[in-house]
Amino acid sequence: MASSVKAVARENYAGNEKKTFRALFKRSYLAIPYGLFLALFVVFPLFLIVYYAFTDKSGGFTFNNFVAFFSSSTYVSNLLISIGIACVTTAVCLLIAYPVAYILSRFKSARSYIFVLLFIAPMWINFVLRAYALREILNLFGLLGKTNFLNTVIGMVYDFLPFMILPIYTTLIKMDKSLEEASADLGGNGAVTFFKVTLPLSVPGIVSGAMMVFLPSMSCYVITDTFGNSKVPLIGKLIESMFGTNANWNMGSALAIVMLIIMFITMLLTGGFKGEKETTRGNAL
Amino acid sequence: MEEQLTCKESENIIELVDLTRVFEDGMVAVDKVNLKVKKGEFVTFLGPSGCGKTTTLRMIAGFDKPTSGKILLNGQDISGLPPHKRPVNTVFQRYALFPHLNVADNVAFGLKLKKIKVTYERSDGSRFTKVEKLSKAEIAEKVNKALKIVDLEGFEKRSVSTLSGGQQQRVAIARAIVNEPQILLLDEPLGALDLKMRKDMQLELKEMHKKLGITFIYVTHDQEEALTMSDTIVVMKDGEIQQEGTPLDIYNEPANSFVADFIGDSNIFSGTMTGKLKVRFLNKTFECVDDFAKNEKVDVVVRPEDVFLMDEGKGQVDGKIVSSIFKGVHYEMVCKIGKTEVVVQDTKERKVGDKVSIYIRPEDIHIMAKEFTANKYEGYITKKNTVVFGDGEFACDVTQLYPGSFLDEEGYLITAEGEKIDLTDVDVEVEVGLKDIDLNDVDTLEEEGGAVGNIVSIIYKGDHYQVIVRTDENEEDYVCDTEYTWNENDRVSVSIKPEAIRLKLKEEVKR
Repeated sequence: MASSVKAVARENYAGNEKKTFRALFKRSYLAIPYGLFLALFVVFPLFLIVYYAFTDKSGGFTFNNFVAFFSSSTYVSNLLISIGIACVTTAVCLLIAYPVAYILSRFKSARSYIFVLLFIAPMWINFVLRAYALREILNLFGLLGKTNFLNTVIGMVYDFLPFMILPIYTTLIKMDKSLEEASADLGGNGAVTFFKVTLPLSVPGIVSGAMMVFLPSMSCYVITDTFGNSKVPLIGKLIESMFGTNANWNMGSALAIVMLIIMFITMLLTGGFKGEKETTRGNAL
Repeated sequence: MEEQLTCKESENIIELVDLTRVFEDGMVAVDKVNLKVKKGEFVTFLGPSGCGKTTTLRMIAGFDKPTSGKILLNGQDISGLPPHKRPVNTVFQRYALFPHLNVADNVAFGLKLKKIKVTYERSDGSRFTKVEKLSKAEIAEKVNKALKIVDLEGFEKRSVSTLSGGQQQRVAIARAIVNEPQILLLDEPLGALDLKMRKDMQLELKEMHKKLGITFIYVTHDQEEALTMSDTIVVMKDGEIQQEGTPLDIYNEPANSFVADFIGDSNIFSGTMTGKLKVRFLNKTFECVDDFAKNEKVDVVVRPEDVFLMDEGKGQVDGKIVSSIFKGVHYEMVCKIGKTEVVVQDTKERKVGDKVSIYIRPEDIHIMAKEFTANKYEGYITKKNTVVFGDGEFACDVTQLYPGSFLDEEGYLITAEGEKIDLTDVDVEVEVGLKDIDLNDVDTLEEEGGAVGNIVSIIYKGDHYQVIVRTDENEEDYVCDTEYTWNENDRVSVSIKPEAIRLKLKEEVKR
């Protein structure tokens, strides 16, 4: 006897089977690998540094590392020189980068991209190679070994300039051109428009550029080694020697903590932590 | 003498003379625009995007330099002046408020840059002048006044980013009017607002214009906005002015079918003048009030609200309702007459399928000159792959309907993709150039196909005659350019070479 099949009820199917999987898997689980990575390579090392900074060689708790640092005139002067070099480098970079970024952002043709590329391309070339190339040029002019401080600044500026140009260029390119037109419309000539509209509105770019230059140039001892004949003592160099030749990890860690705090303060001052409010800060300039 | 001059010029505050702007890529954005704007007028540039209205405004503001032509402000050419030296202010499309300044500083931006000449008198009576900036108190007072006008008192210290779209719009207006410009330019200022806000702002702007008494030049693509606010509307298309006039003129007497189509809903028919104040369209002769030469081909525009529906047989032409939609105040119905659809707006509903008759008053029939470049007909394809139109049957090339297609032995069309299509009874649009129509005496042996009619008009056009042949049955017209001489009322046969008949599918054929 042949039995026939007949549908007795029909309803819309909304793919409910997946529900069980959805219930088990939350989107936030995707964050687990990153969490692990952070814990392993950021939090744990940081903890180690803090641990070493507040202990002595036998492992007992102490503040001596910090006391030693601030009572040593050599260490403190190293720190001040580092800050000084970073400040000068940042200022020179800004003075060169702003006009460059401004001119690049004004190019109308599609070819402007090539010019931008020319300024950014050095970032992709091996750092050591670039450093040695510049070193040879300085040597050619007979500067090497003589003007150590100047050489260091030249090296740093050469090295970090693209990091200053790029964020400023990006802010200028993204800026609403009608704002400049509005300024002209309201009676502002070129200079007024630049100082009252363009410059204040490009402050976010300047700030991120300055951070990208200031912070690494404080500790980039490779450049002082290459250009400054190792005669310009940066704090980065000091830390390196503590972990290397001096084998004083506790002192090295304390130095690292001091650097960390300085950087933290710089970020706080420039507002690097809050990206959104940056536009309103133009007034201060 | 000088006073006379200023008196004369004060009438027109802005005059555009042959203003042209060609972009770097060769596109002509504005093409020889001539326009006079009176002092205190509310002028609106209206047109679809890319019509050149914004470019014209930007040239008046100074952001764009004209390729050629002049912009006269009070009779003086300002086209070379940079924007900051022009006594005009702009309200930008996206407001362009300075995000780093608060409301008061935004409004005060122009005032802080303003310099005025102050004349002092010494105690001995001698006078000297000094160029000064406005004092802080003066600026604050003007800012307060401007914010009051736009209804934003108490918002001085607010950051502009915390304001709503409508409020930002008001700040932008305050920032412009606070400088007391001679002309206020507004570039689609209400485009980003929602409908209700837009309606409110339209009225407020109109009110503001009355209060301030300065000239407003307004750019919009919204015809309703233009009709609501303007004293004068300038309709633009492809960089050229199509029509200039009061909202009422533009609405009631559109200069061409583009303006008619752009402003409000309209039915546009192609028609022929059949006599003095008589026009033929919808296969019927109507009385009208526009005088055009007899036999001239014209565009006939009828507003949907001007078409009256009556019971069958009682109006001018009978038809059938094919759709009816309730639109709030009225019903929008489509009445099919022959093959033509007429859109009708009426408060009384007629059901789909109802047999009705339409009536149009002579004064509601707007007639516009039509540039006549080709004969256009509606036709259909026969079983023999010929085409029937204009009361005649003509041999034609049906493969042009589908690129790359050909006919097989049985007469079916095979497309490039290899599909087989039966074209029998397919509706097509037919176009025949004026020079492609040959006329022959009817007495000579009649060829297969073609149409027969009488010559109703002969116009000498310098080196040739333009002859109109009208058929008997449906009074279809063939307009042709010929070098031979004919007489009026000659009976002729019309023949067209198959390759000269251009065909277009009316709609995609169901396969």
